[in-house]
Amino acid sequence: MAATSHVPLAPVVRVVNVDKRYRKVAHAHRFLTLKSAIVGGDLFKALAPSEVFTALDGVSLDISHGETLGVIGSNGAGKSTLLKIIAGTAKPTAGTVTVDGTISALIELGAGFHPEISGRENVFINGIMLGLSRRQVAERFDDIVSFAELQDFIDAPVKTYSSGMYMRLGFSVAVHIEPDVLLIDEVLAVGDEAFVHKCLDKIAEFKRRGKTILLVSHSLESVRRLCDRVVWMKDGSIEQAGDPPKIIDAYLQWVARKEEGELAAGYERRSAAAEIGTAADAPGAGDKSATGSLDGAGTAVGAQEPTGAGSGEAPYEAGRWGSQQVLIDQVRLLDAQGAQHYVFACGDPMTIELTLRAKEEVDDFAVGIGVFNTDGVCCYGTNTDIERLGAGKLLGTAIVRMEIPELNLIEGTYYLDLAVHRIDGYPYDYQRGLTQFRTTSTIADIGVARLPHRWSFEGGIEWKKTTETGGDGSAT
Amino acid sequence: MKHGLSNLFRHRGLIQSLVTRELKARYRGSVGGYLWSFLNPLLLLLVYTIVFTTVFTPPRAQGADIEPYPLFMFCGLLPWTWFAASLTDAANSLITGGNLIKKLIFPAEVLPVVSVLANGVHYLLGLPVYLIAWFIFKPQGLSVHVLWLPLVLFTQLILSLGLGLILAALAVHFRDIRDILANTLTLWFFLTPIIYSRAFIQALAEEENASWVPKVVARVLDLNPMTHVIDGYHLSIFEGSLINWKRLPVTLAVAFLVLIVGYWFFDRLRDSFPEEV
Repeated sequence: MAATSHVPLAPVVRVVNVDKRYRKVAHAHRFLTLKSAIVGGDLFKALAPSEVFTALDGVSLDISHGETLGVIGSNGAGKSTLLKIIAGTAKPTAGTVTVDGTISALIELGAGFHPEISGRENVFINGIMLGLSRRQVAERFDDIVSFAELQDFIDAPVKTYSSGMYMRLGFSVAVHIEPDVLLIDEVLAVGDEAFVHKCLDKIAEFKRRGKTILLVSHSLESVRRLCDRVVWMKDGSIEQAGDPPKIIDAYLQWVARKEEGELAAGYERRSAAAEIGTAADAPGAGDKSATGSLDGAGTAVGAQEPTGAGSGEAPYEAGRWGSQQVLIDQVRLLDAQGAQHYVFACGDPMTIELTLRAKEEVDDFAVGIGVFNTDGVCCYGTNTDIERLGAGKLLGTAIVRMEIPELNLIEGTYYLDLAVHRIDGYPYDYQRGLTQFRTTSTIADIGVARLPHRWSFEGGIEWKKTTETGGDGSAT
Repeated sequence: MKHGLSNLFRHRGLIQSLVTRELKARYRGSVGGYLWSFLNPLLLLLVYTIVFTTVFTPPRAQGADIEPYPLFMFCGLLPWTWFAASLTDAANSLITGGNLIKKLIFPAEVLPVVSVLANGVHYLLGLPVYLIAWFIFKPQGLSVHVLWLPLVLFTQLILSLGLGLILAALAVHFRDIRDILANTLTLWFFLTPIIYSRAFIQALAEEENASWVPKVVARVLDLNPMTHVIDGYHLSIFEGSLINWKRLPVTLAVAFLVLIVGYWFFDRLRDSFPEEV
């Protein structure tokens, strides 16, 4: 290592072309396996994987010295498996992993604690398990205990600890191992605010001291804040790697696209179901049976709703009903460019476009729109009559657009009630909850709507210079 | 294999603290605490003494060489308890310690080793009770041949470690092992000269008109490594004579062989443990 000052530092962790396959063996085969293993005498062959699940597929990754690397991705993308492979708790099926230096893995905090014995004894044993000598633990003992804020409880059996105390002690032991490489798997979600900050501070301190950190997290905020580089894993391989803001953005866009795909599929399924009744009856006979069938279609949709896979169910019964004198043929949610979407960023413009079709001329009509959140709360509702648009006449195909210049709904999923009805409320076509959309936001504000606002300050108050949105948006 | 043994040696700090933890945890929360390590064998000794001296006197086991019977029987029963508990705990060790294997970078072979050692400590803690009883029954004391005891203990330790490693590795894949083991141990107990003496079975087998049963049993006893281990206890403690110079070293060699095979076997299956437990 004398040459380190001349040559760029070698990667601390080097993952080359790693595959990880888990075997899926039904338990019914177990006895057979034992029997054939004994009879055939070929135990290792009997235990070889027959049906496999690929968790990692050709992953290569170098982590350089002193780097903080974030790993993001949806559930099941292989993030934790990658971490376990690097930690050495799982062996790669193919490929190699080399780690230069000691590793401490915060995979599950307090994993080695024994409930019956005291915190003090557990600290020692846990420390030794993680690779310290008894003397080294003794030297760090006071730091460990004070970091975990457990001075008063350290001699009580661990089984009497609250889960927060347990986690704190586990975290504290793990970070006091002073490893060269620290692996963290989604453990920052424990403890109260204050302790989480302490953990983040500790991680930042590690960073300052040039340790290498691998952070697996769903908290994109922490990843953005702590990491020098981000790897986005998808389906067991690395989709993209690079600058945190860029990769996180790409990931978020992918998530939005995926959600949009799910919502679109949901809409198509719902409207297809809602049309079964009309399609069957429309060419056929008169209004009465048509009304009945539309009702029928409505209940059919309602009945199908609970099984409708995907993005959240309507808390109120979704459905469609009405006399069918006027029909809502098509619903589209459009962005500023007129492209159809199901996911909108909070504050972006959205246009709700309804295509109406009146089989006969009607002069008593109103078009109504209601927006409901997943709690079933009506966030906003209006119709053309309330807004004093006097109905003239409606015949043939017509397009109604409601343009919302700023969709100021907080992040979440919303359902639309869309209706054409007589002014006294008698429905021609009432679609409840058949259309869904999502809003996304980088700000975790609460309530229903995001009221347009601006902060201003005077006098003895100062703010740290943060991100560019800090001035007028972040109410945190 | 050499690597394996040095590995165990490298983890001695860990093994030591885990054995301590095991012992501490076992009695934590009980009023008697460590006292139970003495009380358990003492009470057992009392029960057996009463049962076998007043209630039920085994007619054929009452050879002159195994008097007083409770002392004879206890001489073999205590180490057998160590052996049986070791194997049972070892078979469970990876499953109960699953958290460690899965979530920590942890040398799995430490777990069955800890099971065997912790039960060994129990045996050693029970030994003083036995000795006290000994001096009550036999005031003349022990023979010098009791100094062979460490060799006997060592043989049993090596054998238990080897079997423990195999059972631990197997039980991860086949949970049935634990039930099979419980039954096997019962049978094994009776096929080991603990409640009777080996000399007694041999005498039966060598009788002129002996049926095939004692002959087969004598044969099985000869092939059972635990026979020679328990025999070692009987000779060095109870009879106060030299241990069997041929049989015990051979048993020790067999024990080492079992340990080598056991470690190899364990090592071979090691990578599958985190996924299976």
